[in-house]
Amino acid sequence: MSEAVHSDYQGAKIGMWLFLFTELMLFGGLFLLYSAYRMLHPEEFHHASQELNAVIGVANTLVLLTSSLFIAMALTAVQQGRHEAGGRWAALCAGLGGLFLVNKGFEWAAKFHHGIYPGSSLVKAMPPGEGLFFGLYFTMTGLHALHVLIGVILLAVVALLVKRGRVRQGDCVLLENSGLYWHLVDVIWIFLLPLFYLAA
Amino acid sequence: MSYLDRQGQGGLSSWIFSTDHKRVSLLYLTLMTVFFWVAVGIGIAMRLKHLSGSDFLISARTYNALFTVHGVIMVFLFVIPGLPAVFGNFFLPVLIGAKDVSFPRLNLLSWWLFLTGACLALLSLFTGPGAPDTGWTFYVPFSLRTGTNVSLAVFAAFVLGFSSILTGINFITTVHRMRCEGMTWHRMPLFVWAIYSTGWIQVLATPIIGITLLLVILERAFGIGVFDPARGGDPVLYQHLFWIYSHPAVYIMIVPAMGAITEIIPTFARRCIFGYKAIAYSSLAIAGLGSLVWAHHMFTSGMADLANIIFSLLTFLVAVPSAIKVFNWTATLYKGSTDMQPAMLYALTFVFLFAIGGLTGVMQGALGLNVHLHDTYWIVGHFHYVMFGGTGFAFFAALLYWFPKMFGRQYDPKPAYAAWVLMFLGFNMLYGSFMVLGYMGMPRRYFAHLPQFHSLHLAATIGSWALVSGLAVLFGNFLIALKRGAPAESNPWGGKTLEWTLPSPPAAENFHTPPVVTEAPYSYNPKARA
Repeated sequence: MSEAVHSDYQGAKIGMWLFLFTELMLFGGLFLLYSAYRMLHPEEFHHASQELNAVIGVANTLVLLTSSLFIAMALTAVQQGRHEAGGRWAALCAGLGGLFLVNKGFEWAAKFHHGIYPGSSLVKAMPPGEGLFFGLYFTMTGLHALHVLIGVILLAVVALLVKRGRVRQGDCVLLENSGLYWHLVDVIWIFLLPLFYLAA
Repeated sequence: MSYLDRQGQGGLSSWIFSTDHKRVSLLYLTLMTVFFWVAVGIGIAMRLKHLSGSDFLISARTYNALFTVHGVIMVFLFVIPGLPAVFGNFFLPVLIGAKDVSFPRLNLLSWWLFLTGACLALLSLFTGPGAPDTGWTFYVPFSLRTGTNVSLAVFAAFVLGFSSILTGINFITTVHRMRCEGMTWHRMPLFVWAIYSTGWIQVLATPIIGITLLLVILERAFGIGVFDPARGGDPVLYQHLFWIYSHPAVYIMIVPAMGAITEIIPTFARRCIFGYKAIAYSSLAIAGLGSLVWAHHMFTSGMADLANIIFSLLTFLVAVPSAIKVFNWTATLYKGSTDMQPAMLYALTFVFLFAIGGLTGVMQGALGLNVHLHDTYWIVGHFHYVMFGGTGFAFFAALLYWFPKMFGRQYDPKPAYAAWVLMFLGFNMLYGSFMVLGYMGMPRRYFAHLPQFHSLHLAATIGSWALVSGLAVLFGNFLIALKRGAPAESNPWGGKTLEWTLPSPPAAENFHTPPVVTEAPYSYNPKARA
């Protein structure tokens, strides 16, 4: 019975899209807070944003955009029956996701090193809006990084399943849905980049 | 072989790992009934406290914990999941002629998340620095400052929200993908429309509370400052985020209840539902408009006048689709051949009590009156009329209606009538007194009261005893029926929807051969159905 149910690709994709809506609303709450606070403290957001390294931010954007391309290529390859290439693209995508996290890790570590982390004495001593900027920065990029981490694990598993032939031409909704998820993670980052790194 | 018969190894694991939507439904029912009674007990304890105006029986601090825990359990563990998780799970697939929901394993996962959330909520009461004392709304700044176990309770609500989201995704997909042959959108029973609309609210609104609750946890753990005025944050934004979910959540509670009532009334009035499309689309209208009224909870929080006026207007508007339903139910009864079975009696009681709850809600939407009523017992009375008089009574009506189908046993109607008398009198004594008290100026959430309020508090407490006795009779009657009830017929009420074509209880795979639907539901008077 459950086999018959699970071969409903259309249904599986509807389910995934609905889940993506919930993700949009989840981040939407944070974007709402961000807009309200930026209206209240435009100057402070400007100053605080100068602390962030736009080069790392843009580099990470390129990494994510490239990874999105790779997952799209993985799907096309599998749909065309080129399973080996498909598995490779998916694995590469997961690798780029990992690279993003490594960059992010260095970035956060540098901030911590300079005494900028939630609740630190430096942040507490900042003018009201600036500390808030970093509160939002760590919350939003942190939640995003958590999503990237989940995506990397998911894509690594999918790459493995493609390699083992469990995800294949005609039976690749898992890959397609993982790709949808990964694109969403990418899109959210595309909003985070200008809001935090380019706000100065 | 029915779905209740022993399967595989049998025993507990054949239930808690079952992906059969009917078994999952009963898992929810069991868990929710337990928590319902815990919260009822807490409610009774609070009423006992008010037998005296001052220090008596319960300390002020404990009282704060009691109303918080009562609210958290009732809202997150009973009223919100109530009808969708139990009756939606059981009857949504059956009513559209499907074998199961779209994602049976996800459905089971929802229940496990529900169980996890429930356990975490319990844990937050008995571990750490003590039960949360913030009220179920977890308003900042108090929820950030209080030393009680707020983080864990909030995380429990987060997990329960996740469970609710997954259920919503599942139901929406099921309605889109699993309808049997001939089951067009406008042939779907109206309970399905209600569950479908609710699914959208669950999917779109619940993530907002998810992120808000996470922010409370982060704020408490790391001091990120987003709601802290000293750091440039604004506590009123917490209220906005909270109500952006929690007002639509009111419709998660009431829309499925309305759906169940819409099934019951045509069956016992022997009439085709009046205004099928109006009822179907009013569910969607409630889901849409209901997302735009949240700030009417905040008229006294210090918003701009213009915002107040807009939210007041929208609040008046959202009453329209609810009223459409009430008028259509009433019109359905016109020239009906009414069979006043317990399910029908409870359903009509729903209409009566919900009308009181709904109309008092419209009153609160008026900006001037709201200032007088805000944070008084009036509000407590109002939302109990909606949540208990509405959703609660609809839950009991649905249980009375579908009990024979779900368990294959018939209950004795007499105790159900007796329970109704006790509950109806007790309910109005309790919450009617609340409304009068609030109008006179009794603030909500106070552990003590002034002497001039004492007689009404006494009446409310006595009412609570009648109410709980009625509940005990009702549930006791169900338990007896489970043990000793006569076997139920497949269609004891003469219903016209698909569930009544199945044996009671249904087979594990619901339909042996997929049904084919050729006409609209509720075909009692085909000629009148223009």
